[in-house]
Amino acid sequence: MKPAPFEYHVPTTVEEALAHLRHYGGEAKVLAGGQSLMPLLNFRLSRPAALVDINRIGALSYIEEENGTLRLGALTRQRAIERSDVVRSRLPLLTEATALVGHLPIRTRGTIGGSLAHADPSAEYPAVLTALEGQVVARGAGGERILRPEEFFRTYLTTTLGPDEILTEVRLPIPPPGSGWAFEEFSRRHGDFALVGIAVLLLVEGTRCAKARLVAAGAGPVPARLRGAEEILERDGLTEQSFEAAAARAAELVEPDSDIHASAAFRRHLTRVFTLRALRKAARRIHGGH
Amino acid sequence: MAGPRTIHLTVNGAPREGWVEPRKLLVDFIREDLGLTGTHVGCEHGICGACTVLVNGEAARSCLMLAVQAAGAEVLTVEGLARDGTLHPLQEAFWEHHGLQCGFCTPGMLLTACDFLKDNPSPTEAEIREALSAVLCRCTGYQGIIKAVQAAAPKLRDAR
Repeated sequence: MKPAPFEYHVPTTVEEALAHLRHYGGEAKVLAGGQSLMPLLNFRLSRPAALVDINRIGALSYIEEENGTLRLGALTRQRAIERSDVVRSRLPLLTEATALVGHLPIRTRGTIGGSLAHADPSAEYPAVLTALEGQVVARGAGGERILRPEEFFRTYLTTTLGPDEILTEVRLPIPPPGSGWAFEEFSRRHGDFALVGIAVLLLVEGTRCAKARLVAAGAGPVPARLRGAEEILERDGLTEQSFEAAAARAAELVEPDSDIHASAAFRRHLTRVFTLRALRKAARRIHGGH
Repeated sequence: MAGPRTIHLTVNGAPREGWVEPRKLLVDFIREDLGLTGTHVGCEHGICGACTVLVNGEAARSCLMLAVQAAGAEVLTVEGLARDGTLHPLQEAFWEHHGLQCGFCTPGMLLTACDFLKDNPSPTEAEIREALSAVLCRCTGYQGIIKAVQAAAPKLRDAR
């Protein structure tokens, strides 16, 4: 046996799951897709007293469009998102990012809520949530809290989710038609965690860039919204010169660490190169271009 | 609720029963309890892909699932690919095109390819490479494996 012993509960409702979490007072872990938690258990880096397996809570798996927002149940599998026609037509940024999450056999199990709650800063979904200015719904004994990305991500692998709360829903506003978007990342091998990933969303009015959203993954403790670079695009428009200026600014704004995978200097370099690539791609896609 | 419990599942088309602790991984249940040692256990943290099986028709790392999570599920392992002594078209193609050398990654390669070709019956070479990056092979350099999947794709399409 690899994981240390744990009590195991398989609730079928969120209320039942919350009751289990309350009972263990922070000593239990929620098991969703398991693609990050199971390795930690196998190596006994995590030894929770109990696992609350939410995989049989069917009510947490859905993709619904409502009033300009896509609502995704936290347990929605990454592969379901990748295959979803409504996601592809309304939030192609999410489709593009999902294809970069791990590998196919990871995405069949991995969930959107699990990826966000795990809060690996080099993961794709935290950057997408930030770029879309989405929200997550956290349910606990006291009811629901609705959190914006800056209220949710605290630092590496850490969120403001309480030990007796469950992330139940992800809400992603659908950008207006004609917007440009791109998710570009660099990893050593396809499917590996990105050294740097860049999410871009360009909202246009006529020929003007009304709003730019630029987020870097893997270049700091939380997904980094690069406002200084966004301002350049909003002020100077969508030209090759402004893309280069914004990319250079992005490389200054990020706060990457050095680790065994890459030095901080290399991550800054990648931020500039991939911001530029993502901006060019996003600009080509404005008004349905490719 | 940490003690062993009974689970019922279908493995390679046959109903099976197990008596397992919740912490037992699906791959260890398959190998140790069911004696189906065709599924290999490599890295035990979801990187190498050798333990990939189909759970309800979808490729999944059996080292990242608990056996109790497979209760009620249909699991397909490499032993379930051949029918009545006839190799599955993917197995045939791996044989024909030198898709294996030591064979350690082969069960994971076959089942990953199986799920991938269901979704994408006419893949490009680039798409095959991307899909198979989910499984590590340290012998073949992947060339034979990619040729094998390319060769099996039309046969599986025709068999549908």
